[in-house]
Amino acid sequence: MSMNVIGKPLTRVDGRTKVTGKARYPADFNQPGQLYAALVSATVGLGRVTGIEGVEVERMPGVVALITHRNAPKLPYLPHKGIIDPAVGERLHVLQDDSVRFYGQPVAIVVADTIDHAERAAAALRIAYDAHRPIVDHADEEVARIVPGTGKADRSRGDADAAVAEAAIKVDENYDIARENHNPMEPHATVAAWNGDRLTLWSKSQFLVNEQAEIAAVFGLPIENVEVICPFIGGAFGTSLRTWPHVTLAAIAARQVQRPVKLVLTRKQMFFTTGHRPRSLQRVALGATPDGKLTGVIHEGTGETSRYEQFTEALTAVTEYLYSCPNLRTQYRLAQLDTATPNHMRGPGEASGIFALESAMDELSYKLGIDPIELRRRNEPQIDEAENKPFSSRSLIQCYELGAERFGWARRTPEPRSMRDGRLLIGMGTATATYPAFHAPSSARVRLLADGTAEVEAAASDMGPGTYTSMTQVAAEFLGLQPEQVRFGLGTTDYPPTPSHGGSWTMASVGSAIRAACLEVQSQATRQAIADAGSPVFEASMEVLEWVDGGLRRRGDASPGLSYQDILAKAGNPIEADGSAQRDPEIAEKYSMHSFGAVFAEVSVDPDVGTIRVRRLAGAYGIGRVVNPLLASSQCTGGMIGGIGMALMERTVLDVRDGRPVNAHMADYLVPVNLDTPKLEALFVDEVDPHVNPVGVKGLGEIALVGTAPAIANAVFHATGKRVRTLPIKIEDVLTA
Amino acid sequence: MFPFTLEKAGSTEAAIAAAATGARYIAGGTTLVDLMRDEVERPERLVDINRLPLGGIRLEGEDLVIGALARMAEVAADSDVQRLQPLIAESLIEGASPQLRNMASMGGNMLQRVRCPYFRMLDVGCNKRTPGSGCAAIDGLNAGHAILGTSDHCVATHPSDVAVALVALDAAMRVQGPQGERSFPVEELFRLPGDTPHLEHTLLPGELIVEIRVPGGPYALRARYLKVRDRASYEFALVSAAAALAIEDGVIREARIAAGGVGTRPWRLRACEAALAGRKPDRQAFEEAAQLATEGVRPLHHNAFKVALLPRTIVRALQMAGEVA
Repeated sequence: MSMNVIGKPLTRVDGRTKVTGKARYPADFNQPGQLYAALVSATVGLGRVTGIEGVEVERMPGVVALITHRNAPKLPYLPHKGIIDPAVGERLHVLQDDSVRFYGQPVAIVVADTIDHAERAAAALRIAYDAHRPIVDHADEEVARIVPGTGKADRSRGDADAAVAEAAIKVDENYDIARENHNPMEPHATVAAWNGDRLTLWSKSQFLVNEQAEIAAVFGLPIENVEVICPFIGGAFGTSLRTWPHVTLAAIAARQVQRPVKLVLTRKQMFFTTGHRPRSLQRVALGATPDGKLTGVIHEGTGETSRYEQFTEALTAVTEYLYSCPNLRTQYRLAQLDTATPNHMRGPGEASGIFALESAMDELSYKLGIDPIELRRRNEPQIDEAENKPFSSRSLIQCYELGAERFGWARRTPEPRSMRDGRLLIGMGTATATYPAFHAPSSARVRLLADGTAEVEAAASDMGPGTYTSMTQVAAEFLGLQPEQVRFGLGTTDYPPTPSHGGSWTMASVGSAIRAACLEVQSQATRQAIADAGSPVFEASMEVLEWVDGGLRRRGDASPGLSYQDILAKAGNPIEADGSAQRDPEIAEKYSMHSFGAVFAEVSVDPDVGTIRVRRLAGAYGIGRVVNPLLASSQCTGGMIGGIGMALMERTVLDVRDGRPVNAHMADYLVPVNLDTPKLEALFVDEVDPHVNPVGVKGLGEIALVGTAPAIANAVFHATGKRVRTLPIKIEDVLTA
Repeated sequence: MFPFTLEKAGSTEAAIAAAATGARYIAGGTTLVDLMRDEVERPERLVDINRLPLGGIRLEGEDLVIGALARMAEVAADSDVQRLQPLIAESLIEGASPQLRNMASMGGNMLQRVRCPYFRMLDVGCNKRTPGSGCAAIDGLNAGHAILGTSDHCVATHPSDVAVALVALDAAMRVQGPQGERSFPVEELFRLPGDTPHLEHTLLPGELIVEIRVPGGPYALRARYLKVRDRASYEFALVSAAAALAIEDGVIREARIAAGGVGTRPWRLRACEAALAGRKPDRQAFEEAAQLATEGVRPLHHNAFKVALLPRTIVRALQMAGEVA
């Protein structure tokens, strides 16, 4: 299918709004009579609140209310689980009792007339605890490893253990990836306003309809009584997928004081109760023939979770389908700790799991003396061997070929420590990236106006990938309009529901729904034209008509045909239609659907002081259709930067004595700065996938981070001869090299 | 944040008078305001000294004189500083972030407080913040902490980069206070924590840093600052080294070496310097001298790597200095 608007490098339709400061983020929606809330976070890691010295705090300047478990309303907390919430366990109930389950848990809210008064009073509040030592160290031998209650923990084919044991060449190693926090630039923020029993939330969210349903369940309200508004997001990386306790707390506070209340989390509080990438411990064992054919693969992994919910992610899932191997076993366990529940962070389990697998594959390549790309080639499967069905499309080898050429892989000399630039050690490494091509049911609305323009609406989000722009392109494409003739709105629960803005399925899901709505309004316009006695297509049969570039005409007719304006001018009313889309279950049953990519990294390591710098990264991806190459490239380089962080910098360090994150500050929690992100290049192979969805897209946000960390770690090995199996890789890890 | 009053001093005398009656000086505010927001600092009165005539950079004979209110960015970009004392320019550029360097004053840089995370947490013991409350870092997470000059009461690292350069260069500072004016070596500004880690410097009550004087020297041009860290910018040093060499006829006449990121104050390494005098500037000499840097180290649970990294950093800094054309 040839495309006119999809595939074009349109600049962001909301770019001007953003750079001129006109974009309104949730915390910008100040309400008349609004008060400010500040949270008080527990300063112990486990225990009970035994005393609250609140009297003096209530008398402090500007303080309107002090809310603790002693005076907070008992909330119904009706059952509700969105697709993003852990399937097993029960969410944290805030201010409902005296228990403290983890360091930083909210234990009180102060509401005051200014943010300064609220913060001062919150800091002044003295709380006594009966405290116990929490268990927060995932590596602690005493931590029980449980089988996730979701039951999809282990997969096996053949006899992997025997195959590895008997293999001519083997690698069997352990990997440890640090806890990370999302740390988007914009903090979590909620403005809550009640009108009787109706609640409006201007709240940072990647999943508006779930926030609506969750808060409705927490407060026992009909869903339609809750409205959630979030037109812009200042970065999220997954932290705003779930509705965290602060949203409930803002609503509690607003109800208590009968005024609108604004609550913005501090940077420090962004490390407490808004999810994190769980620390993972993994083992990968590979067995291979001397010519590099995998004979056995074992991948075992454990992720952290809280004691009240089982957060699971796809830690070992990619191993099942990535390479061809008759004997394979994966195992996934959870370590329940005295921490808050983790959640998905960009590239979630896949990024962590693939670090272990791709580090092991790289290690195997050295043992075999086979080029790492050649090793992947020799193990390229014909089908998804876990599901025993074909891939809807798979371009891994093409990605390696394109990436290797653009990166200059041929210049790499295989021996570790063999490449130098002056006195610096140079290393080149590569790794596979992959992520499922998900699709969830979604809906959207399209309204054709009499002036020939269109309004498109969906309760979707734009956390940075450019949803505003790419959906405008989709609508323009299927309506045959120019992008300037389309206005796409998102960010309110008044619009048709969409799935969460994560998992790389926004374009697949919402884009397909918009397409369906576009085709529906178009067909209504056709019917209107046919019914119009004055129309050149009066009483024509649908089959002889076609829409070309926004014009309705008889097939084979060379005229521009009837425009929407022509058709609507007669009736005078807009045409509106809702569309919905979901994956055809038959197709889903028939194909295994995933994106693939190959990431290349060049690093330098200072042989004296161990400083590691990424010099360049190139990623080649097969992601189906690229809706907007400009946005796609930008999304990829952003993901690569996240991958640099994962590889070399990001880690939330917990003090085991009380479970506190010690580096809950942007000066101490390192993310890459400009100097750390020199040359990043995103490449896309031509890939046509007719099966994934009608738009032909596989999604891009997640895979852009997956694979970067192992490519960098493999480059560090190539540079130094030192294999580091913990992330982030630090100077001290290579100092002895 | 605690409530406070802010007054603007129109003259140095007025500022000192305000400080003598309990006001705290504020210049760029990059340390103080940050700590006030965390309620680690709770001044009731601030006196803004930004209008005082204490800025600027000038030459007096061989001496470079830097006003206490000169901003880090301004000093780093100054052509005299770059021409005569490149070590100062380099150490400044390696410090903080562009935004902070635009705001932070040189005097304030000298007095910036430690980056120990526990210092900023009101719910744990910190002898520096609350004398006698204990030190959460000694048995806590201390990868970033000091290995030299520590005590059983405090192990926090002095955070400044440019102070390391100034100590290596034998810079002096002039201060003015209620009792008048005095000058002393920058190195003497910084106290060891001992059993009084809350006392960080030797300024008398009300004293104000007015300028920093850097003497010229035969080593000044062959001088480099190397800062080792996991991120390329905006991170405190794991280990840093300032190295300056005076080389004559292929022999080191004089060396100046100081280290950052390892000591509870900027750490001058006179034993290393002495070991280099009269030696050829080669790697062997650098390595032998650098080994002396770790004398008396007291590594903690998480920072033992600094014992290995310190001599490597010094060697590398010396090599960089030696390569200056």
